[in-house]
Amino acid sequence: MERTRISTHIILICGAMFMTLPVWIAFATSTHAPETILREGLQFWPGGNFLKTYKEVLFVEGGVMKKVTAITMLKNSLILGIGFAVGKVIVSMLAAYAIVYFRFRFAVPLFWVIFMTLLLPLEVRIIPSYKVVADLGLLDTQAGLIIPLIASATGTFFFRQFFRSVPDELLEAARLDGATAWGFFKDILVPLSKTMIAAILIIMFVVGWNQYLWPLIMTTKEENYTLVIGIKQIYQVLSEGGEIPQFQKAFAMTILATLPPVLVVLIFQNWFVKGLVESEK
Amino acid sequence: MKRVQFEHSPIPYLFVAPQIIIIVIFFLWPAGQAVYQSFLLEDAFGLSSRFVWFRNYSDTIFSRAWLQAFNFTIIFSMLVTFLSLGLALLLAVKANEVIRGASTYKTMLMWAYAIAPPVAGLMGNLMFNPLIGDLYSLMNAIGFDFDHKLQAADASFVVVLISVWKQVSVNFIFFLAGLQGIPKSVNEASILDCKSSFRRFWTITFPLLAPTTFFLMVINITYAFFETFGIIDTTTQGAPGGATTTLVFKVFQDGFRGADIGGSSAQSVVLMLLVLGLTVIQFRFIEKKVHY
Repeated sequence: MERTRISTHIILICGAMFMTLPVWIAFATSTHAPETILREGLQFWPGGNFLKTYKEVLFVEGGVMKKVTAITMLKNSLILGIGFAVGKVIVSMLAAYAIVYFRFRFAVPLFWVIFMTLLLPLEVRIIPSYKVVADLGLLDTQAGLIIPLIASATGTFFFRQFFRSVPDELLEAARLDGATAWGFFKDILVPLSKTMIAAILIIMFVVGWNQYLWPLIMTTKEENYTLVIGIKQIYQVLSEGGEIPQFQKAFAMTILATLPPVLVVLIFQNWFVKGLVESEK
Repeated sequence: MKRVQFEHSPIPYLFVAPQIIIIVIFFLWPAGQAVYQSFLLEDAFGLSSRFVWFRNYSDTIFSRAWLQAFNFTIIFSMLVTFLSLGLALLLAVKANEVIRGASTYKTMLMWAYAIAPPVAGLMGNLMFNPLIGDLYSLMNAIGFDFDHKLQAADASFVVVLISVWKQVSVNFIFFLAGLQGIPKSVNEASILDCKSSFRRFWTITFPLLAPTTFFLMVINITYAFFETFGIIDTTTQGAPGGATTTLVFKVFQDGFRGADIGGSSAQSVVLMLLVLGLTVIQFRFIEKKVHY
């Protein structure tokens, strides 16, 4: 092996700074008083207002209608992230199981219907989707928020791929032992897929948490805002008021919206990377 | 399909039912609606509508605003794809070389994956805020007459910068995985054959990464088309004068703000066709990948 050159480290350090500094500066600035920020600009070192800013953002009602706190939005975001991840894993595992392990009449057409959803992201059918959900009376509900997002079949394809790599002998053996379709799924396939399920859950949590366009048009009541859409509204209000622009609050909100998915990715880094790379094969 | 399968029975239908029901209600129906609406023209109050054949399409495609958005989307996607892939490839190659600190670098380069595009957009927008944004002052200090609120090029610069920043981490993860998948023996043999590491990269490593690169290109173009909506909505909102309006942003603008359902449906259908075209390309590359 060659010795690693200094230039390699310099490039990597520059890259790492490019990726992390903006978020660090956002955090540091959020811990200063609004007057300081307005006078001196962005801050590199943390200031003394950490508790004050975050307490206000988390617990004091803000927004146009003064009805929503970051805690409420945090809760909504968690429901969306977890609901989306769990729903997607259940629905797509079941569908993938049927497609891989059963021979049935409409298998091929059904497979193509599922496949089609991969081609057309929600963004291109956003207005009719909105109408459908409105007609069903699901606006401003968690079901209306989460279920349409599950329609795309990314998870199904991932599990299909994985199930196909499971040795055929397992099913043969299970059938000799008299396993039913449901029994084989529950007792053999699900335990076997544990790592894969974890990886998909992590990725889908991040994807769900980060949804923007759909929650933006789906939720009209401020109580139902998620953090990712809430920050924008609050930012507008903060900067339009007659007082000093509350930049520290806007920064604090971006940090709060970033923290949970980042933590999940950092804690489960190995699973996450494996899941991401495997799922795209 | 498996060699060994369960026999005919109603059971598989039960298993696929949840997925299919969701798809029919929230996917097929709305997609069909989009196509249907695209042939209708509603009156100003939305009370009645009549069938107008392809008028919405011709109105859409030949309008200056749509063409401007189309051009911007193409240039924007190419810039974002090229820059974020290039940067990610450089970093992945370097991260694959180091031993000391490798995992720290890796973590710091990939964690931004978890940040939502609109959050990245907001952070960026705050940093370019004329009141407090140091990036804004910096651009002016080094001699640009920088004003992303008024000048199209500056606004595009902000949007491209944030979009690239957000996308580097995904590309980095895939490139690094691709690099680590290259057998050690290949690397060692190439070191014996070729002294220059620069040439070694372009003649050995890069061709071996080609399947990853093709795949990532499609991912990045899709990202630039669709997911950057959050970045644009939190930074320029398509301004100044529609100079940073992407096709998806325009669908949203016309459909929700302008309440032009027919026109925006026609735009949606055109977008669907564009995406279908992209997918066909993707398939040809996946085919390549399998044969590799």
